[in-house]
Amino acid sequence: MEHIRMPKVENVRLLDRFSSRRAVVGTLYLTATHVIFVENGSETRKETWVLHSQISSIEKQATTATGCPLLIRCKNFQVIQLVIPQERDCHDVYISLIRLARPVKYEELYCFSFNPKLDKEEREQGWKLVELNEEYNRMGVPNSYWQISDVNRDYGVCDSYPTEVYVPKSATAHIIVGSSKFRSRRRFPALSYYCKGNNASICRSSQPLSGFSARCLEDEQMLQAIRKANPGSDFIYVVDTRPKLNAMANRAAGKGYENEDNYSNIKFQFIGIENIHVMRNSLQKMLEVCELKSPSMSDFLWGLENSGWLKHIKAIMDAGIFIAKAVAEEGVSVLVHCSDGWDRTAQVCSVASLLLDPYYRTMKGFMVLIEKDWVSFGHKFNHRYGNLDGDPKEISPVIDQFIECVWQLMEQFPCAFEFNERFLIHIQHHIYSCQFGNFLCNSQKERRELKIKERTYSLWAHLWKNRADYLNPLYRSDHSQSQGTLHPQIAPCNFLYKFWSGLYNRFEKGLHPRQSVTDYLMAVKEETQQLEEELEVLQERLANLQKSQSGNNKVKSKQQDGSKQFGLYTSNNSLANTPQEYSNDLKSFPSRSPSQGDEDSALILTQDNLKSSDPDLSANSDQESGVEDLSCKSPSGGGCLPSEDSGKDSDEAVFLAG
Amino acid sequence: MEFAELIKTPRADNVVLHRPFHLAVEGTLCLTGHHLIFSSRRQDNAEELWLLHSNIDSIDKRFVGSLGTIVIKCKDLRIIQLDIPGMEECLNIASSIEALSTLDSVTLMYPFFYRPMFEVLEDGWSSFLLEQEFELLSSVTNEWRLSCVNKEFSVCPSYPPVVIVPKSIDDDALRKVALFRHGGRFPVLSYYHKKNGMAMLRSSQPLTGTNGRRCKEDEKLVNATLRSGRRGFVIDTRPLTVAQQARAKGGGFEQEVHYPQWRRIHKYIERFNILQESFIKLVEACNDQSHNMDRWLSKLEASNWLTHIKELLTAACLAAQCIDREGASVLVHGSEGTDSTLQVTSLAQIILDPRCRTIRGFEALIVREWLQAGHPFQQRCAQSAYSNSKQKWEAPVFLLFLECVWQIHRQFPCSFEFNEQFLIMLFEHAYASQFGTFLGNNENERAKLKLPQKTMSLWSWVNRPEELSRFQNPLYEANSLVIWPSVAPQSLQLWEGVFLRWNRPSRFLEEAEEERIHIIKYNKELQARVNALRRRLAQLEAEDGEVQEE
Repeated sequence: MEHIRMPKVENVRLLDRFSSRRAVVGTLYLTATHVIFVENGSETRKETWVLHSQISSIEKQATTATGCPLLIRCKNFQVIQLVIPQERDCHDVYISLIRLARPVKYEELYCFSFNPKLDKEEREQGWKLVELNEEYNRMGVPNSYWQISDVNRDYGVCDSYPTEVYVPKSATAHIIVGSSKFRSRRRFPALSYYCKGNNASICRSSQPLSGFSARCLEDEQMLQAIRKANPGSDFIYVVDTRPKLNAMANRAAGKGYENEDNYSNIKFQFIGIENIHVMRNSLQKMLEVCELKSPSMSDFLWGLENSGWLKHIKAIMDAGIFIAKAVAEEGVSVLVHCSDGWDRTAQVCSVASLLLDPYYRTMKGFMVLIEKDWVSFGHKFNHRYGNLDGDPKEISPVIDQFIECVWQLMEQFPCAFEFNERFLIHIQHHIYSCQFGNFLCNSQKERRELKIKERTYSLWAHLWKNRADYLNPLYRSDHSQSQGTLHPQIAPCNFLYKFWSGLYNRFEKGLHPRQSVTDYLMAVKEETQQLEEELEVLQERLANLQKSQSGNNKVKSKQQDGSKQFGLYTSNNSLANTPQEYSNDLKSFPSRSPSQGDEDSALILTQDNLKSSDPDLSANSDQESGVEDLSCKSPSGGGCLPSEDSGKDSDEAVFLAG
Repeated sequence: MEFAELIKTPRADNVVLHRPFHLAVEGTLCLTGHHLIFSSRRQDNAEELWLLHSNIDSIDKRFVGSLGTIVIKCKDLRIIQLDIPGMEECLNIASSIEALSTLDSVTLMYPFFYRPMFEVLEDGWSSFLLEQEFELLSSVTNEWRLSCVNKEFSVCPSYPPVVIVPKSIDDDALRKVALFRHGGRFPVLSYYHKKNGMAMLRSSQPLTGTNGRRCKEDEKLVNATLRSGRRGFVIDTRPLTVAQQARAKGGGFEQEVHYPQWRRIHKYIERFNILQESFIKLVEACNDQSHNMDRWLSKLEASNWLTHIKELLTAACLAAQCIDREGASVLVHGSEGTDSTLQVTSLAQIILDPRCRTIRGFEALIVREWLQAGHPFQQRCAQSAYSNSKQKWEAPVFLLFLECVWQIHRQFPCSFEFNEQFLIMLFEHAYASQFGTFLGNNENERAKLKLPQKTMSLWSWVNRPEELSRFQNPLYEANSLVIWPSVAPQSLQLWEGVFLRWNRPSRFLEEAEEERIHIIKYNKELQARVNALRRRLAQLEAEDGEVQEE
């Protein structure tokens, strides 16, 4: 690989952010796709794998007596601090990574070399897991009000839209094309969600090119058509998700928002969500808070407030809640737009859909939702998540915010979602990982040109295969929370929005609850299922036995294996339980013996029986990667992952988890 | 005094009750000597609200025409509003509530009048005796003894009659040490770590004064807990400057010259009046009706409540770390040794001792480390977050402790036998109760009030199987290990179960808890059925075998 100046550096130290005493020494490898750190010494040879596409920044810091520090920040919020003995090596690693982390062609991305050893048919099956035409049928379209339009079949009208869009029946091709000419990037109003129960719908578009006074008859007819497709209501809401000031500023550039006087029967509404630049800076500020070394409570809360992050999350939720309410309670259709209609609009439409329709709160439904509102409608994944080297000002955590909204809802409605937190975290991870083809490029058109489906694998199939890991044990499809519209609290409820340490401090395992209720309950449920099966077998045997005895049959029933061990209560916990640094005072006091307390690591837990495909684990962030892809020698002889919980030294186990 | 004198209007009709997240209800309001009772008259949805007067923290009244409105703020932090037609009725009721909720004599409190409607299976007043603790201790070590030196409460008025001290220290020495410690609170055993034989002691500050007074018996006492050649830690819950200033008032700290085997660590834990202020600010923030996210976070921050939580947990972890990891004995004290000292010693035990994470073990811990150890409950819990009392004795010291337990519980949700409701119940009863357990400031006062004879113990009620089932954690799996919580800000959360209990919708969270219980219960039922079937099959097969033999 021409970009790797330094495939291997020895005696590198991996620092722990919380304790300088917990640094480990090992060997650093650079491969075509990963940075790998393999710890020396310990029997397990713990590994930390980082995909190049996860790297968001690399910082070379001033050389110290111990070596040259290198700080790698990742898009999945992992932070890796290395100290490389020789300045020259460090520089070579740095230069190599700078290049490797910023690929210039799609073909350099991991998904084109990733090979999960599936045959062609399996891969095609995988891509068929989520089919949008089935989804529109499920919603209830086409019907007498909505039809599929082929006006965009060759991306002739709008190159960032899908080829198949649903529009009101009364919207002729002429109206659509006319309307598209009056909308930014020709993103004309199209159906996002249709509510079978009352015919109300959510449509999406970009801003109108209204300037200060321009009008467009076809666009006005388009909105009229949307209203007519919902005969129960005599108006529609037009929701502009920008702050009013931003929308007004756009008028000077010949863009803007709908004038209520020109459109008959619309109610126009601003629900201010800040733009991608504000959100990028906000996240940056919040991550700085997360990175603080032993912050005080005030530092943390002040920093969190100052970042404005939760305020932005709430703004997105509020917009989603408004729309869901309009559709479900008022039965009024809504047209949503922002500027281009691919960021805030996607966030708000998908939050509203999620609130409205329990299907999107199932695992499959959630995949469909992302596919519908994000992938198909041209959310610019490549630009927003910096998959290819590009304009840093285009990068913004837009879908991250949507994913967080879902988490916030899960906290408020613990039984309403079929999937758990891990599912969300892994989706976030793979949006950046480029290991699967789903989120490549900026539009459906580009993905088709690249032949993504023929050349890469689908994340959805991968998640579906491992769905047992992602189940929420509290979910029951017959439960009241699993049905109907969710009504989050809107009155003073700021306190309902919480910092998501599970995502933003994902790799600082020491900060998280040491016992997972979710995993515990899943293990119980698994055992319950086994018990149910055994019960059936036993009952059958009992019946047979009674029959045979009554029939004086001499055939002795086969002895079953001894009592089953379910292994529920015996699995170990990877998070060895050790004290943090509670005081600096203890350091100066001679510590008695280094070898105490191994038994603490044997916490009786069930946390890690689910980890096989878990990108949380440093060692296997891409276990399925198949090591043959690596250009340099595989450090641990294959994809077998050293299990973290077998670590002898409990002190290390906690803090190396990331 | 007759309560009737205080109740001019015992009953009012057409009263409307307002509560957050409930529809307003119309009904009848009745006042009795100890309760405010509201009962709705609606046939389809009859409901009654019983509120102890002692649970009322503050009341406000206002009038619109002749319609009076009383806003009642309770010590459990709930706020209710009653609309009472008739100015006179409303004024009468308000003044009655005010008088009845601030009775100054303990013996007029409800526990002295309460007659239990349940059969007492076990008298809670004698459920947790120090003698039993000592018996357990004696089975692992003989280095300690029970001392009755304080039998008449004469050596230390805030200590119980019996205490556990090093065997080598006789009662005469204890008397001398008591004179050298603030309030006579000489070092006693708080916890013995069986794993390595290390001890945690607690006391009050030594009275060294400005001229560096010393007490040989005190030094001998604390040194008696050290293994030869080992050192111990003194965890002083005051900052060094405060400890130094205390010398001017006759207090002080263990000086290294006299305690060469001890190393002193100052871990500052806020004093009670500061905590009270913080508590009031936090509750204000939680009741803020504003829609502004920034304001919520900055108010939460400004209350400093979570800072106190973090500091307290850190100190407790440090004490536990000294004992378990450093293999050292620990002496904990602040000034009086009745507040922050007890917070630290009791939390350290939660971390170290699996027994304290069971229901009975936790009850025993509260009896031992709070009630018998002389935490002045009556002073501290006289008022809650809505008070504007001038007394300045009030402080949420015990609540802060309970919240720290909750924080650890949240991080180790499967390691506690009890659930969050159990902690909330203890918070409620510490502030207002039908039981006598939390009355009085120490064992001395409780004995004088004859509480065990005249009132019912909380434990008599809680430990009945019917009640216990509500407080059990379905996820509990005995965990024999030391549990080290994270004290990073990201790991600490506001205790919503207490602070947002009345201002958040709770239905969905309750449903989740029900589902958790259901999952575990169903699993256990299946296990029982499978086991029964297996036995039956084995039996049948054995019989079958016998038939074949014949």
